[in-house]
Amino acid sequence: MSKYKVNLKINNIAVSVDEGTTILEAARQLNFTIPTLCQHDDLCVAGNCRVCVVEQKGARLLPASCATPVSEGMEIQTNSLKVRQARKHIVELLLAEHNADCTKCFKSGYCELQDISNDYRIGDHIFLDLVKEKDKERDISSPSIEKDDSKCIRCQRCVRTCDSMQYVSALAVTHKGNNMRISTFMDKPMNDVVCTNCGQCINRCPTAALTERNYIDEVFDVIYDPNKFVVVQTAPATRVAIGEEFGMEPGSRVTGKMVAALRRLGFDKVLDTDFTADLTIMEEGTELLTRLKEALVDGKEVALPMLTSCSPGWIKFQEHMYPDLLDNLSTCKSPQQMFGPLAKTYYAEKINKNPADMVVVSIMPCTAKKFEAERPEMRGSGYKDVDYVLTTRELGRMIHQAGIEFEKLEDEKYDSILGESTGAAVIFGSTGGVMEAALRTAYEIVTGKEVPFTNINIKPVRGMEGVKEASVKIKDAKPEWSFLEGVDVNVAIAHGLVNAKILMDKIKSGEANYHFIEIMACPGGCIGGGGQPMPTNMEIRKKRAAGIYEEDEAMVLRKSHENAEVTEIYKSFLHEPLGHKSHDLLHTHYTPRKRQ
Amino acid sequence: MTRIEELVKEQADKHGRQRTSLMPILQAVVGSEHYLSEDALVAIARELDLSSADVFGTATFYTFLDTVPRGKYVIRVCKTITCHMKGKDEVIGALEDMLKVKLGGTTTDGKFSLLQANCLGWCHKGPVMLVNDEVYPEISAEKAVEIIGGYLKKG
Ligand code: SF4
Ligand code: SF4
Ligand code: SF4
Ligand code: FES
Ligand code: FES
Repeated sequence: MSKYKVNLKINNIAVSVDEGTTILEAARQLNFTIPTLCQHDDLCVAGNCRVCVVEQKGARLLPASCATPVSEGMEIQTNSLKVRQARKHIVELLLAEHNADCTKCFKSGYCELQDISNDYRIGDHIFLDLVKEKDKERDISSPSIEKDDSKCIRCQRCVRTCDSMQYVSALAVTHKGNNMRISTFMDKPMNDVVCTNCGQCINRCPTAALTERNYIDEVFDVIYDPNKFVVVQTAPATRVAIGEEFGMEPGSRVTGKMVAALRRLGFDKVLDTDFTADLTIMEEGTELLTRLKEALVDGKEVALPMLTSCSPGWIKFQEHMYPDLLDNLSTCKSPQQMFGPLAKTYYAEKINKNPADMVVVSIMPCTAKKFEAERPEMRGSGYKDVDYVLTTRELGRMIHQAGIEFEKLEDEKYDSILGESTGAAVIFGSTGGVMEAALRTAYEIVTGKEVPFTNINIKPVRGMEGVKEASVKIKDAKPEWSFLEGVDVNVAIAHGLVNAKILMDKIKSGEANYHFIEIMACPGGCIGGGGQPMPTNMEIRKKRAAGIYEEDEAMVLRKSHENAEVTEIYKSFLHEPLGHKSHDLLHTHYTPRKRQ
Repeated sequence: MTRIEELVKEQADKHGRQRTSLMPILQAVVGSEHYLSEDALVAIARELDLSSADVFGTATFYTFLDTVPRGKYVIRVCKTITCHMKGKDEVIGALEDMLKVKLGGTTTDGKFSLLQANCLGWCHKGPVMLVNDEVYPEISAEKAVEIIGGYLKKG
C-alpha cells in the first residue's frame, strides 16, 4: 500500500515523509535529535513526559513531537527559544520530585534523565522541592530487580512494556494525584507478585527507578579472596552485545575480547555456557524423542507438545499463568543451571578442587537468571550451583571499573574443559535457535542424515516474527525410529511473553497440533534480554541476531552431538541422556503459582 | 467457589466481561462488601482476565472504591474550602466524639467509618456530609449527630 506523502519544514529544511509519521520521526530523518523520556521505539505512544515538545508555526501550544503526526505545510522548530525554555522547565519539574543523588546512583553515566539535565545545564531548583516527600525505601525483595520509587519519573515505559510486550502487567499506574505511582498488586513487594523477572522494564526505564540487583562488589570480593576458586560461564547472547558497552556496533562479535577481559578481571577459569547449551540439546532432544515414542508407539498419555525450558522468565510466567500445563515443560534445567552442578561435581573432581571452595559466576543477558539461581531446586551439586549471576551490563561496568580497554584486547580462547561448544549452542542466543539446534541433532539421530536445509541453516525458524511455525518431514528413519517415518514434526516458536500467550492459548483450546515449541521470554530471544545493553530496540535486536548467526557459521562444528567434550562427559560421567546422573543434576521440576 | 467469587461471577454475568465492565463490577462489590478485599480484587481480575495490578490500579484511582475495610455506613464529610469555612471541622469533631472513632477510622462494631471527601458539588449548601449514597446538606455539628443517631437506631 503506497502511502501519501506529507510535506513539511523542520528547522527551515523541507522534508517529505509518509502520512502518519510523527514529528519526532520526521526530525530524526533529518538527523535532528529531540530529547525524549517516555517515548521508546518498542512501545506505543504515551505523550506524558513532554520533554519532546517543539514549536509549530501558528499553533498556540507546543505539541509533543512523539505524539503528533505531521501535517501538510507544517513548520516546526525543534530548538527555538520558546522550546528551550519549556524543555528546561519540564526537566526542572521532573527534578523537583526526583531523588537526584547521581554520584551514588547505579544508573549514573547510563541515565537518560541525567543526560537531558546535563545537556540543558539544569542548575538551581526554581520549583518547590518535593523530594523530601518521596519514599526512599527501595524494594529489593526480588533477587533480580531493584525498584526505587524516588527515582521514578512516571513515564510509564515499564507499565507499557510489561503489558504490551509481556502480557504480565505486574506493574500498573496506581493511586492518584500526587500519590500516583507505579506499583504492583496491593503495593506488594516485587518478589510476591506475578512478575517474571524478565527485566524488559529495566531495559526500558530511563532512570534508576528500575534496575537489576547488581552483584558487582560481591563478585570482585570472591575474585580477590585467595581461598576461592572462581569460574565464570558466559551465555551465548552476551558475546554479540557486550561490545555495545564500549561504543561498538550492536552485533559486533567480540567473543575473544570478552574472554580476554574476563581473564584480566581475575577469574580463575573462563568457561562457556555454550558447552551446556550443547548438553541441553542432548538431554532435551532425547526427552522429546522419548515423549514422541511413548505417545506414538506405547500409546501412553504424555504431555505434548513439549515446551522448552531454557528461559527462566518464561518458566515463571507459565507457573503463574498456565500452571495446569506444567507437565508440557521439558524437565531440562536451563544451560546456566546445567553448568553450575557440573562445575561443582564433574569439573571440580577433574581439576581436583573442593566444590566448597568454588564459586560459579555467570554472565547472562538476563535478569531472570538471577532469580533462577536462587531457586531452592538449584542445588543439585549439594551446594548453591550458581553463586552469582551478572548481566551483560554489569560485566561492562566491571570491565570499565578495572580500567581494561576492551576494544584493544587481543582475542583469547575459553579454558578447557567446559569451554568447548558448537554453532548449535551459540544460536541459543536468538529466537528460534534452540529449535534449530534441537532439529539439527534430533533429525540426525533419527535418520543418520543432516537436516534437509541448505548449509543446515533452518531459515523458517529464524527471524523476528512473534510466532513462527515450521514443519520438518522425517525421511528414511533408522529402524529403531521407524515409527517416525514420514511424520511431519510440527514446531512453533514464540518470543516475548505476549506471543507465548498466543501459543499457550492454542494448546489450551486443543487447536494446536505441534510436537515441540520453543519459547523465550524476551523479544528476539536472549539477544534482546532484559540484562542486555541499553537501548535495545528492533533494529538492535536484528543486528545482534545477525551476529549470532555469523558466529554459528564461523564455527567448525555446528551440531551439538559433535561436541567432543559432550561425548566425553557422557562416556565418563553422565553415561546417557536422561540417565540417573542427568536426572539428579540436569533436570528439575516446577512450582504452580498464583496469578496475582 | 468462595462467597466472594460467586458474587463476582454473578456481577460479571450481569455486567459482562469486557474491560468496560470493570467499573460497574467494582462498584457493585463495594456496594455489598463496603470495600474491595484482596480476594475480591483477585476474583475480579480472574473473572475478567485482567492483571490484578491493573484492577488494583483502577480501584485506587477512585476514592470511593475503598481497598481497606470500611463500616456498613461510610460517612464522608466534605473537606474542601467552602465546607471548611462553613465549619466542617466542628462536624467531624462532634462525630468523632459521638462514635468514639478518629477521622479515617472505623468503629469497633464495624458499623461506621468516618472519612473526609473532596468537594461534593454542594458548596452552596455546605457543610455537606454523605452517608453511603445519601447526601446531607447544610448540616451542623448537632444535626450531624442527630442524623447519625438515626442510622444507629436503624442498626
Ligand atoms: S536516576 Fe539518573 S538522574 Fe536520577 S540519580 Fe540516578 S543517575 Fe541521577
Ligand atoms: S521484570 Fe518483566 S514481568 Fe517483571 S515487571 Fe518487569 S517487564 Fe514485567
Ligand atoms: S519505573 Fe522507570 S520506566 Fe517505569 S515509570 Fe518510573 S521511570 Fe518510567
Ligand atoms: S517523549 Fe514525547 S511526551 Fe515523552
Ligand atoms: S466545598 Fe464542600 S461541597 Fe464543594
